[in-house]
Amino acid sequence: MSAAPDDDLWAAIADPSRRRVLDLLVRDGEATASALAHDVPFTRQAVAKHLAVLEGAGLVSRHRQGREVLFQVDPTRLDEATRALAQVADAWDRRLRAIKGLAEAAHRRAKDG
Amino acid sequence: MHDRTIAREILIEAPTDVVWRTITEPDQIARWFADRVELDLRPAGEGKLVFDDKATGKTTTVPVVVDSVDPLRRLAYRWSQPEGEAATPANSVLVEFTLTAEGEERTRLRVVETGLDGLDWSDEAKDAYAEDHNDGWAHHFGRLVELFAARSG
Repeated sequence: MSAAPDDDLWAAIADPSRRRVLDLLVRDGEATASALAHDVPFTRQAVAKHLAVLEGAGLVSRHRQGREVLFQVDPTRLDEATRALAQVADAWDRRLRAIKGLAEAAHRRAKDG
Repeated sequence: MHDRTIAREILIEAPTDVVWRTITEPDQIARWFADRVELDLRPAGEGKLVFDDKATGKTTTVPVVVDSVDPLRRLAYRWSQPEGEAATPANSVLVEFTLTAEGEERTRLRVVETGLDGLDWSDEAKDAYAEDHNDGWAHHFGRLVELFAARSG
């Protein structure tokens, strides 16, 4: 349960711009580099670089759909990263947020199922 | 003398029964707290939280004793007592979870740790404990945790 963060992971999320890109991908599910560039104050080229670093850390993956390349977050890896980072955060805040994530996911599964 | 009570709360978009299971079922607790969990969910019921430190290979076992259970509303247990000793107000901290329904699909979960001042610990140790558990939510990493919570499911 206590995933040790590796260097790639730390490096990937240490940069605020990359965290912003990651936030947007979490929000949107999947997106092209161009679409992401609309929502950030940096260029499509910069977004592409950030995506490459995130991909190198295993946090995002890409797949082709027609002429577009779509990026999406790898939930397992994000989960690992979240756990690793959460260890740094305050104990009860971390635990309560984890409880929230679990309970809300369980509730959604029950409703959808 | 200052109050070392530790209090935290969070609003969860799920009914109280789902939140209750998350904080009381051992396999659920193992997903947000310890690596392995045993819990006998009744007054005076004993349990333990086992934490594995992967970096050092060291295992820490924290005994817990259930203080009171009010299903779907309140769970309180004592912890941090020395291993092998019975939990008392002098050697343990009381952890209370309180669930409040705020509509059919929303629950406010509050956790309060009390009893720190009654402990037979040094002031420094108590302060360090309170600080460790109470430290502000300033870590920017928190945002990612929140996003994950919103995304999961």
